[in-house]
Parts: sequence; C-alpha cells; structure tokens
Amino acid sequence: MAITVKIPAPLRPLAQNQSEVALEAANTVGAAVDELGKRFPGLKDRLLDDKGGLRRYVNLFRNDEDVRASGGLTTALKDGDRLAIVPAIAGGSR
Amino acid sequence: MPILTALSEAVGHTPLVRLRSLEAEAPGVQILAKVDWFNPGGSVKDRAALGIVQELVARGILTRGGTRALLDSTSGNTGVAYAWIGASLGLKVALVMPENVSAARKQLAARFGAEIIFSDAQEQSDGAIRLARKLSKEQPDRYVYADQYSNLNNPGAHEKTTAEELWAETGGALTHFVAGLGTTGTVMGTGRGLKGKNPGITIIAVEPDDPFHALEGLKHLPSSIVPPIYRESGHDRKLLVSTDDGWDMADRLIRDEGLLAGHSAGAAAMGALRIAKELSSSGTGGCVACLLPDRADRYLPPPP
Repeated sequence: MAITVKIPAPLRPLAQNQSEVALEAANTVGAAVDELGKRFPGLKDRLLDDKGGLRRYVNLFRNDEDVRASGGLTTALKDGDRLAIVPAIAGGSR
Repeated sequence: MPILTALSEAVGHTPLVRLRSLEAEAPGVQILAKVDWFNPGGSVKDRAALGIVQELVARGILTRGGTRALLDSTSGNTGVAYAWIGASLGLKVALVMPENVSAARKQLAARFGAEIIFSDAQEQSDGAIRLARKLSKEQPDRYVYADQYSNLNNPGAHEKTTAEELWAETGGALTHFVAGLGTTGTVMGTGRGLKGKNPGITIIAVEPDDPFHALEGLKHLPSSIVPPIYRESGHDRKLLVSTDDGWDMADRLIRDEGLLAGHSAGAAAMGALRIAKELSSSGTGGCVACLLPDRADRYLPPPP
C-alpha cells in the first residue's frame, strides 16, 4: 500500500523541499494528512482548521477528483492513488 | 457621458463608496472603497493592461491585425483585461495561466479569442512566469513578452489614473491608501502618484500572512519571485492578512454593504479597517481608502 502526495511549492519548505512524498499505510485522505503531519511538523496545520476539518481554501484531489465530492477526509485511498494538495494559485514560490 | 470611440476609453473612473458598516467600528474615520470591478473587464487589471498595451501600440511593436501576439503570465484578471482590450483593438493576445486558475477566468479569456497556454498548477503563478519567459525567448517572432511584473506602464497606469481619481474624488482629504500586493503595480503606482500630491499620505500594502494562502491575485513576497517593479520604499507600512480574515471580510462586504467583493478585496478592506481602528482609538481621525480589485463571481464555479 503506497500512495503519492504532490506537495505544492509554498509548502515544500515544510516537507524537506520535496515535491512528491510517498506514504505507506494510509487508507483514507484523513489518515494520509495525519501521516504527513507526523513526518513533517507544521504541515497538517496548514491543511486542517482548528476543528480538524479541511481548511475551506485548501483543495485535495484524489486522482484529479476533488475529495470534497467524495467524502472529504473519509475518502478511501487505495494502492497507487495520487493525492494532490492544490492551493489558491496566487502564492509564490521561488 | 459622451459616446466612446472604443470601450478602452471606459477604463478607470470607478466608484468610490463609503463602507459605513466598517466606519461604525472606527468613529471619526472615513473608510472608502474604490470599487475597481466597475472597469469594463471586471477588475482593476484593466488599468495596467491598457497602459501596457497602449505603449506597445505607440511603439509599433503591436499592430492591428499583426502576427505577433502580446504574451504574459497571469493568474486570470490581467489575462481577461488583455483579452478584451486585444479584441477591441484588433491585437493578438496569448496568456500563460496555472491550470488551476478559476474556470470562469479561463473561459472568459478564451471567449475574447486569446490563446491560452497552461502551466503546472503545483508551481503556481511563478511557474507561469517562468513558462512565459521561456516561450518569448524561444519564439520572439511570435510573442512579445509584456511582463506585467516588470513593465513600468503597470505602476505608471495607476500613477496616472488611480491616484489622480482618489485625489480628486476625496478633494485632497485622503490620508491613507490601502491595497494588496500582487504584481505590486497598484501600490507602487498609486502610492507614487498620491505622494506627489501630498507626501503626508500614508501608503499601506496588504500581504498574505503565509506562503500557502488563498487570497487569489495577491503574493506573499518573501516566498515569491519579487516583481522587479516592487520597491520596499514604495509603501510606508505592510499589513499581513490571513486567508480567513480576507474571506470573512469579503462575506461581510457582500452581506452588509451589497458589495460583491472577491477575496483580495476582502483582504484590502480588512487592512483598511485595521488602520481606521488605529486612527480612531488614537483620536487622530482620517480618511482611509482601499482598492477592491475584483468581484466574487470571478470565483464561483461554472453553472452545471
């Protein structure tokens, strides 16, 4: 079980400057976010709000499908899935 | 209003309106909003785009019916501005946009006949800048790189129009001007123009508080390719605004003022409110104007 997470440029400094991260054993989008948070301190807070929900301005796409349309953080993940964190396009990145 | 020869003559002279629901929180201070979505293309970007296009036409680099296209990278509004101005003046336009730009803006620019080139969403607006640079270098016969981030006609347009309008419309009473940093043209140009009228006017730049934000159109400069037109000396203060605060203020302007403000407009108004509260509590009073770049419906999903 491995999924790939695409990290957008403004969050890469928090993820050791990696643009892609492979995760093992993440059955749901929520579990993947937890796993990211464990490996990269600070990253989870950027994605989730105080109540543990997906921040309203953060979009997560599972294989090009917005997870908001498929159960949000409870969306199931399977081996080989690709999860993309897509921010508003305004931010910069050197 | 007289009959116009072309729609481009309708750029600028947007409404300046009091934000009375915000003024209620800052007694003794006037809070004004320059509602720049009243421009023909629906955003503040018409001002800079027109300034840039007019100069390229004046120099004979772009010609009506010509084969070279104006090329630029844009998160959307500048693209729409170039596209309609190009359609109106018979000029070719090509735009590089990150592929996650809102659908409404992609479709708008394409409807005006602009060529749309997509860059990687993960690389954000800086990825679009890099692709535009590459294309214009590789195909100079096809593309003229307008480069809104370094083109002096971008701030120049604001110096000539936005600043002049604010000064005249407030009868010289303006004490503070607040606007968001994107290309930084609005802050740099309007600031310079207003300082020329009265060096005592305070210029305040609003910036997202984090590299990962959703105030579309604004840039977090410490983590971005800094626009060559930007000068730190071009503003007196910088205010950091969070995405949540910008979005909440946009909702408030919509509900309480009937202003269908976009998120960057919300961020600018949030900055204006903070300044106004400071002036109110210190008892100095003042007249604070902010610029609202575009309307919320630029961000609504397309109809099913």
